[in-house]
Amino acid sequence: MSQTPKIRVRGLKKSFGPKTVLNGVDLDIESGESLVVIGGSGSGKSVLLKCILGIIQADAGSIQIDGEETLGLRGRERERVMRKFGMLFQGGALFDSLKVWENVAFGLIQGRGTAKDEARRIALEKLAQVGLGEAVSTLSPAELSGGMQKRVALARAIATEPEIIFFDEPTTGLDPIMADVINDLIVACVKELGATALTITHDMASARKIANKVAMIYEGRIIWHGPVERIDASGNDHVDQFIHGRADGPIQMQVTRP
Amino acid sequence: MLFALTAVMHCVLPPFYFRLIGRQMLDIGYYSLPVVGMTTLFSGMVLALQSYSGFARFSAESAIATVVVLSMTRELAPVLAGLMVAGRVGAAIAAEIGTMRVTEQIDALTTLSTNPFKYLVVPRILAGTLMLPLLVLTGDIIGVFGGYIVAVYQLGFNPGTYIKNTAEYLEFIDVVSGLVKAAVFGFLISLMGCYHGYQSRGGAQGVGAATTNAVVSASILILIFNYVITGLFFER
Ligand SMILES: Nc1ncnc2c1ncn2[C@@H]1O[C@H](COP(=O)(O)OP(=O)(O)O)[C@@H](O)[C@H]1O
Ligand SMILES: [Mg+2]
Repeated sequence: MSQTPKIRVRGLKKSFGPKTVLNGVDLDIESGESLVVIGGSGSGKSVLLKCILGIIQADAGSIQIDGEETLGLRGRERERVMRKFGMLFQGGALFDSLKVWENVAFGLIQGRGTAKDEARRIALEKLAQVGLGEAVSTLSPAELSGGMQKRVALARAIATEPEIIFFDEPTTGLDPIMADVINDLIVACVKELGATALTITHDMASARKIANKVAMIYEGRIIWHGPVERIDASGNDHVDQFIHGRADGPIQMQVTRP
Repeated sequence: MLFALTAVMHCVLPPFYFRLIGRQMLDIGYYSLPVVGMTTLFSGMVLALQSYSGFARFSAESAIATVVVLSMTRELAPVLAGLMVAGRVGAAIAAEIGTMRVTEQIDALTTLSTNPFKYLVVPRILAGTLMLPLLVLTGDIIGVFGGYIVAVYQLGFNPGTYIKNTAEYLEFIDVVSGLVKAAVFGFLISLMGCYHGYQSRGGAQGVGAATTNAVVSASILILIFNYVITGLFFER
């Protein structure tokens, strides 16, 4: 384990006005591993991903990708680092002015300057990989169901064959069967690319399926970090409460009482 | 302010998305023609009618052609076209970019190695700045034509004399000042649309607020800059 981790986060802090969302996050992700970060809604999971991607500017701390400090990178340098990443957004975030295949090919055409025919061929290949046929490729995203949109978004995230893929709540809002289909696709895609994956979710079934390692975020910090096999014996009350979905325990939801 | 500087900087630095610029020019320019045409046509007509009822008393009917052409080119065509386009295009830009913001499409652009400024903001700003002068030039002609129709067919003027009077007192600077105004207004409309869309937060409500803010701020800026530019051109 002397190898530098793919992603190393140290002391990451982010506040929005008076509200502290991340309060010193430390996290290592080894190359080729699949880490799932669990945590309640609004616990700052999406903010954590966006800080690592540089979409949100962190207030303090350090983020190293392949040993290179990326906090504060701008312009061209930032774009170069971004090429290592693929991201599946919570709502899909498909471009609704473009057709399905143009969405999938976007990173190839705009980001890498791939020729249009070639990009289209790759896009169709990736769509097939997530179980969508050629007929779908000329539709617009608004014509697709939620599950299909997620699959298109997944195809777009893997189209540039990134080294690192982030998944933001990939199964939220889907029925359990479609959720499992997406889980299987994620596992298959990550394996095929040999990519490093970081997934955030509050869906424990999904976490167990995707993860090698699990980390739990609570009150702006990582409070537990370990292999997925050990999650049932974490010895951490917060983790136990979360994975069993109990209202009673150390985590108290802010509910106004009469 | 910072947003404006960043936007202008990206306007002059490559890469450029020519196809997107073309599409925005079509959207902003061509599809605004009917609105701008109708507005300036009736403004030209009403100007002729109003100045006739005013000037007739002083038997200075020949001044009508001059009043119409000067008011149209200097003031009415740029300001009215500006306000109409602010309502039509400014709102559309803010709504589109705002929706892209709240559905994370702008974040998605970034992760796909595409600069949202270059991809979204620059084409709209360039198209706005280039197309509004063209719209206003068209509006000038249509407005003068509106005045001509009223003068000749309703008030019974001699067509030849009217056209001669129109051309006689019109100076190059009158048209140019109107077109400069138009370019500035076009820039402001697109800038406000992009800015408010880009800054929108919190779902459908946020997008609605962004749209309103874009139209209101663009309209007010148009009126303020109209005054400032008029001062620069015609003072002394
Ligand atoms: N751009 C922003 N401006 C202000 N507050 C934000 C912003 N993004 C997220 N937040 C706040 O940060 C907190 C964490 O959000 P998020 O990371 O989306 O939660 P989740 O863990 O459900 O993904 C929320 O309370 C949210 O209101
Ligand atoms: Mg989230």
